[in-house]
Amino acid sequence: MPKFEYAPAPESRAVVDLQSSYGLFINGEFVDGSGASFKSISPATEEVLAEVSVASDADVDAAVKAARTAYTRVWSRMSGADRGKYLYRIARILQERAREFAVLESLDNGKPIKESRDVDIPLAAAHFFYNAGWADKLGYAALPGGANPQPHGVVGQIIPWNFPMLMLSWKIAPALATGNTVVLKPAETTPLTALLFAEVCQQADLPPGVVNIVTGAGPTGQAIVDHPGIDKLAFTGSTGVGKMIARAISGTRKKATLELGGKAANIVFDDAPIDQAVEGIVRGIFFNQGHVCCAGSRLLVQETIAEEVESRLKRRLETLRVGDPLDKNTDVGAINSKAQLDRIIALTDVGEAEGAERWDNGCELPSKGFWFRPTVFTGVSQTHRIAQEEVFGPVLSVLTFRTPQEAVAKANNTPYGLSAGIWTEKGSRILWMADQLKAGVVWANTFNQFDPTSPFGGYKESGYGREGGRHGLEPYVKGTH
Amino acid sequence: MSITQTADPALDATSRARDLLGVSRLTNQALTRWLHGLPGVDQVGCEARAAGLGTRSIKTTSKAWAIDLAISMIDLTTLEGADTRGRVRGLAAKALLPDPSDPSTPRPAALCVYGDMVGIAREALGADSGVKVAAVATAFPSGRASMAVKLADTKDAVRAGADEIDMVIDRGAFLSGDYLTVFNQIAQVKEVCGDARLKVIMETGELVTYDNVRRASWLSMLAGGDFIKTSTGKIQPAATLPVTLIMLEAVRDWRDLTGEQVGVKPAGGIRTSKDAIKFLVTVNEIAGEDWLDNHWFRFGASSLLNDLLLQRQRMTTGAYSGASYIADDSPSTAY
Repeated sequence: MPKFEYAPAPESRAVVDLQSSYGLFINGEFVDGSGASFKSISPATEEVLAEVSVASDADVDAAVKAARTAYTRVWSRMSGADRGKYLYRIARILQERAREFAVLESLDNGKPIKESRDVDIPLAAAHFFYNAGWADKLGYAALPGGANPQPHGVVGQIIPWNFPMLMLSWKIAPALATGNTVVLKPAETTPLTALLFAEVCQQADLPPGVVNIVTGAGPTGQAIVDHPGIDKLAFTGSTGVGKMIARAISGTRKKATLELGGKAANIVFDDAPIDQAVEGIVRGIFFNQGHVCCAGSRLLVQETIAEEVESRLKRRLETLRVGDPLDKNTDVGAINSKAQLDRIIALTDVGEAEGAERWDNGCELPSKGFWFRPTVFTGVSQTHRIAQEEVFGPVLSVLTFRTPQEAVAKANNTPYGLSAGIWTEKGSRILWMADQLKAGVVWANTFNQFDPTSPFGGYKESGYGREGGRHGLEPYVKGTH
Repeated sequence: MSITQTADPALDATSRARDLLGVSRLTNQALTRWLHGLPGVDQVGCEARAAGLGTRSIKTTSKAWAIDLAISMIDLTTLEGADTRGRVRGLAAKALLPDPSDPSTPRPAALCVYGDMVGIAREALGADSGVKVAAVATAFPSGRASMAVKLADTKDAVRAGADEIDMVIDRGAFLSGDYLTVFNQIAQVKEVCGDARLKVIMETGELVTYDNVRRASWLSMLAGGDFIKTSTGKIQPAATLPVTLIMLEAVRDWRDLTGEQVGVKPAGGIRTSKDAIKFLVTVNEIAGEDWLDNHWFRFGASSLLNDLLLQRQRMTTGAYSGASYIADDSPSTAY
């Protein structure tokens, strides 16, 4: 038994007022769906949190029509300053209700409260604040359309389950700032914060139809993609679904931005600040249970220090606290769904079968819910599937390199190109590496840092288009993808 | 590692350093290469890690345990020109019975005083109280004196009965790159300490960079320090969490390298129970639980004890009392 046992420190659930069932948010109101319903559960306990409607084709049609009407009659005629006013209002309400959002996010998603409280929700509010500031300055943002950039109209947005509120804000804030209206579908395992956001839209007196939220799984997403009234699509999720969307809209007038998978290399040189590099490796792959598209899932470590880094990393991982997402001391929460857990188990079994050496931190796991121990594979080769395929879980593959050239070649030897990390005290090497790496985001001596002012997006099969920063406005005005 | 038996511990330190560094002669150049070959510290990452540890939520039973541990780790300190015998006796009485309303309250680890007060402190504490007497020495706090004076200062305190010596390093020599001088001074002071444990004050507020803190920590351990200590308390910033984190990494890595355990003492600026608990969390998660013991970790503090007592009373009685309920010989005006 450890000397210093941390007593349970659970965040209270009382702040969240969960309803037993939720309808769809169309034209400013919650309406019953015309289709069936599904259950949203807490992945940490498998407890049913609420019943949520499945939006049928007819429901999606109603949402698109509401968005079109709101676009033509209200939102496209409104001044940028007035649109900004609504966005500021939403941002402030998100801050005021931050604890409620954080608790609900951790309940529905399984992520630790310290992350939803300190990262997801504050960043979501920050994206609304940031884009609110652009709303009346679009003519100065060097966008296509020059002094008078034009919105597309109605935007269909489909977001993943790993950062439900944060991805919602990345999508909705720039779309609204540039004058579009929105039909958004949250992921089927994490719909609840999007529905709470719908309440925020009501609270902010956002004109009806400007934001519509339809829940459901693949078929609902398909209905959005195929709907002729949609002018532009924005999708974050798997590369497989991204390709389906790209195929579905080819030959149509619809534009799309796709933010897809990744298999990022976190590259550690032998002159790196080693203790901070170990922290960066942990943050890179165990943040949010590794459910991060830009996760540093491949550690490329210089052979001269490989053993030392591995032993320091393993010692550090033994201090990670895995368990109740609502406990303030939890570092790693629950895997988001049974399906995802099965995928992680399958891929890690392949890793073992292919001959990589498997290690986990041996922590105790709760009996109910979906859990996976922080796991490290050493002796991984570039040709192993765990070095090529996105695991999307708390699983790190460790590879080694001898020279900077070899590090670059290995880092780029993947169909993906979303992010990368470089750890070295040598500034010139950081700049050279950043130039060589085919990745949309390159972090130097840090990892998984996000800010609304910084554009984010990928190369190759990690998608196209940028979100965040001035660049994140571009896909939402005419004259680009 | 082979240590030859000689009569001179300073020579022992030098020969051991030669072994560790793999050199035939311990020169400033050899020390420089070794210290500058330590991995760098990324300031942003280090501070983020410390801030992250600071968000741990320590409640109920673990809080009560941590408060008692923190009390037992305090070097109850008075280092003022205005210190009198009465003041030192008062502090000793406080150390013997920290909370008269609850005799189960643990005693602090030591009383930390100037060298001329060691005899008074020793006498007031008695022989078997368990509370040690620590004395600052070597021309504390600036360290600007000849080596003869520093050694005499140390010997004087040891002769008067000090169990522990808190010395200061020559920051001027360190900052000018004269590591060999710093090494030799520590080794010589260690030699005259005899059985007394030596705490090496690096005055991290004057070293400024985390790279310097890491190098000074390793240099102090190499020269034979039993403890590495942040500050004199006379310079701001004193004991910060990131600096202490760097030192805890140093003692952890030193033990991995040599098998020897060295203590850590943050001193100055830690005033609240909440802060003290953040340090204990950092000890636990960086160095490990072997350091969660007052033989290996200390707080140099004066007002911290009263806040810990206040929190302790609240945990026992369920209600906050106030400064009027914390018996103190020199009551703080801060409450």
